[in-house]
Amino acid sequence: MNRNGRINILAVSSSGGHWEQLLLVAQKIPSENLFFVTTKQELLDNAKISQGQVVADCNQNKVLQTLKCTLQCLAIVFLKRPAVVISTGAAPGLICLALGRLLGAHTIWIDSVANVEKLSLSGKFAQYFAKVWLTQWEHLTQASGPQFAGRVL
Amino acid sequence: MIVVTVGTQLPFDRLVEAIDSLAPKLNQKIFAQIGPGRYMPKNIDWSANVEAGAFDAMLRAASVIVSHAGIGTVLKAYKYAKPIILMPRQAVLGEHRNDHQLATVSQLGERPGIYVANNESELQELLQSSLGPAVASDSVFLARGRLQDFVFQEVNNAIKLKRG
Repeated sequence: MNRNGRINILAVSSSGGHWEQLLLVAQKIPSENLFFVTTKQELLDNAKISQGQVVADCNQNKVLQTLKCTLQCLAIVFLKRPAVVISTGAAPGLICLALGRLLGAHTIWIDSVANVEKLSLSGKFAQYFAKVWLTQWEHLTQASGPQFAGRVL
Repeated sequence: MIVVTVGTQLPFDRLVEAIDSLAPKLNQKIFAQIGPGRYMPKNIDWSANVEAGAFDAMLRAASVIVSHAGIGTVLKAYKYAKPIILMPRQAVLGEHRNDHQLATVSQLGERPGIYVANNESELQELLQSSLGPAVASDSVFLARGRLQDFVFQEVNNAIKLKRG
């Protein structure tokens, strides 16, 4: 719970397919609790989302962008004190998941449905920060995780 | 109208060149979103990128969507019930870091309304035949509902814990 007594659920993803999957996955969560984080303002506008914020896009090859993104995510997670952090990938989602976990949030990673043969790189790292670590393909599940709990398409 | 998209992240000139060279034979209005590609189409309307809302309007108006094998566009094809032709990016041609798009079409390519073209001639054949729309089957809705319910339940439990 943050200082205003509001319970925040942080839903985080990059643009493109990650974002479309995030919108579907979060559909049943009450919108008054949801706060979205993505990498393009037009995605928030197009989905008519007022509770949201944009951070720098980044990946493992862009050190400065990753640093910028991490600082932005840190500010968001610190202010929002989310009860839950959910991500469908990629790097910015992983960063928010890690920061959320440090501050005691419940963390859910849903690896992109695009990863049919193996988990993405961020998906593999997510196992260290996700309390719930999911793949969207049954054949990628293992006893030690990731688990399967459905698929967006 | 045929709407072509390669996403915003990487160029995919092979697809853009293919549709541009097919355009005179197709007798249809074509628009291509070509991303950071270098090839400038000569026979069709195009733009590097289109703002999300405007692009959704284009997809809604499309008769067929032609796309790299990106999940975002596949989800839109389902949402707007459009036929979609996927051309998977190949790592060997420098079109992506790995071959996950080949894996994507191996899973989705058999579904109604989702078609796969690996090259220009396969693309031509598909665009000159009658294509059915991508319509989500019961099993798609079931799998999606299961994931949505699971996430909702996890969130609910966490909220209850917070409220004590």
